[in-house]
Amino acid sequence: MPLRNCRDVKVLNVSPVGTPAAPDEFFELTLEYPDWDGWKPGQFVMVRPASWELDLIWGRPFSICSAGGGTLTLFIQKAGRGTSRLARITPGETVTVWGPLGNSFAVEPDTPTLLLAGGIGIAPFRGYVEHHPAPENLKLFLAHRVPRECYPFDALCERVECASLRERTREDLDAIIETLGGLIREYAAKGGLVLSCGPTPFMRTVQRFAAEHGARAQVSLENRMACGVGACLGCVTKDGDGHHVQVCTKGPVFWADKVEL
Amino acid sequence: MNMHVSIGGLELKNPVLTASGTFGFGLEFAPYGDLEKLGGFVAKGISLKPREGNPMPRIAETPCGMLNAIGIQNPGVEAFITQALPALKGKDVAVIANLYACDAVEFGKLASVLAAEEGVAALEVNVSCPNVKEGGVAFGQDPAQITKVTESVKRNAGGKHVMVKLSPNVTDIAVCARAAEAGGADSLSLINTLSGMAVDVRTRKPRIANVVAGLSGPAIKPVALRCVHQAVRAVDIPVVGIGGISSAEDALEFILVGAHAVQVGTANFLRPDFSFGLAEAMEKLLIEIGAESLEGFRGSLELPL
Repeated sequence: MPLRNCRDVKVLNVSPVGTPAAPDEFFELTLEYPDWDGWKPGQFVMVRPASWELDLIWGRPFSICSAGGGTLTLFIQKAGRGTSRLARITPGETVTVWGPLGNSFAVEPDTPTLLLAGGIGIAPFRGYVEHHPAPENLKLFLAHRVPRECYPFDALCERVECASLRERTREDLDAIIETLGGLIREYAAKGGLVLSCGPTPFMRTVQRFAAEHGARAQVSLENRMACGVGACLGCVTKDGDGHHVQVCTKGPVFWADKVEL
Repeated sequence: MNMHVSIGGLELKNPVLTASGTFGFGLEFAPYGDLEKLGGFVAKGISLKPREGNPMPRIAETPCGMLNAIGIQNPGVEAFITQALPALKGKDVAVIANLYACDAVEFGKLASVLAAEEGVAALEVNVSCPNVKEGGVAFGQDPAQITKVTESVKRNAGGKHVMVKLSPNVTDIAVCARAAEAGGADSLSLINTLSGMAVDVRTRKPRIANVVAGLSGPAIKPVALRCVHQAVRAVDIPVVGIGGISSAEDALEFILVGAHAVQVGTANFLRPDFSFGLAEAMEKLLIEIGAESLEGFRGSLELPL
């Protein structure tokens, strides 16, 4: 079996995830497993439904939430044309999937590891927690805007220590920033590892506190992509030396002190 | 069916090439198919010195197409020669280098550096990239400049095949085609992207940092077909058709109007294995529609009297 491939697979299930207040913003997409010989948490896939024909040109990049046992599961927030159409896909339809793509989060079994998720940025951490050999060394903090029930949070709480804060007001945001600062300082002091995924302002805050407290931290970027394989140069970010590098192949995970956000 | 094509001395085992900027240096796509299934590929545009390219955002999806303003980000010709070419050595696929420069002298220098490289089958000259403010667009829109740049590359190419890639952003593509032929081009490839733009009413900002960008994909295929149709009738050298090719039928449309070969660009983003199966699909379709040979089908368009 190849390291990575491009396959047409069937949609097995599409489940809206949410509450009456936020009924249809999130969904879990379960696909047939594309026959990989492995994958690592933090990697992503490109997904393009056959029904898009030539209307929408690009596949869409999604973190791998979990994979194995015949299925590939993605956790998706509707954010634009592509994800909105993807939310309406039905079981049995065909999607083209290429992956697993990109690098992955650092895994250091014996190191206290802090997982910082901003909203939908929780998606890759589900796989991270499931794969980690010593989940007792993990702690997850979720900062979110819509109700917590919209995220795969409770399932993670069964395996690792979890905390969350919801942002509804300016004061909430201050509290989130303060919590991030406190947690990162704590993990820096004990030689821990900090991993984060979320909106750019969220990761900028993580990057700033990591620099301030000397924490080893990684951030996972979610730039717009066309090819996903390093060719189009549409997803680049600047590395620590100010050079443009592809997020799809050099990332999506970067050490926080080696990327410009 | 024999799918081999000879384009002014450039021998290709089939008429499928991939377009510059959509296929990296080839190896990015190697996990998804056998590069040797292609007639060849045109590598990402290279310049004498490395270039960082344009600021982000650089791409935007549009109806049946996309805009890009990458700005010829590339590691420079030296890195192309020392890193990309050795990795491709021994592969039975034509590697075509795509040259980007800001004046005729620089184009000549770039050509002379590549002239000695055994692994390079041909040079494609980018006189039409509309993304970089001080360069391509001026050459591509001025027939005299097209001739001058073509001459400069041809003089320094050490006998290598020189393909000139034309911009559609001109009043008369036939004039530009003849200008490249006059400069000694061995073949033409067209079209490059159409100049375009996208804006966001909510943020009131352009969707591309460079503001103006190049439109590609199925949306531009009719423009491309018209340009190829006019170019093949204007010159005696072979023409390679580019623009929105997303199926075997699309590719044969370009052959029908007279193209010797095609380049697949944006369709490589539909799925990374797209181009690998195209030559076979073209052959199958040629048989299905009752064509006796690729050569016989080429340019067999029946125009109204």
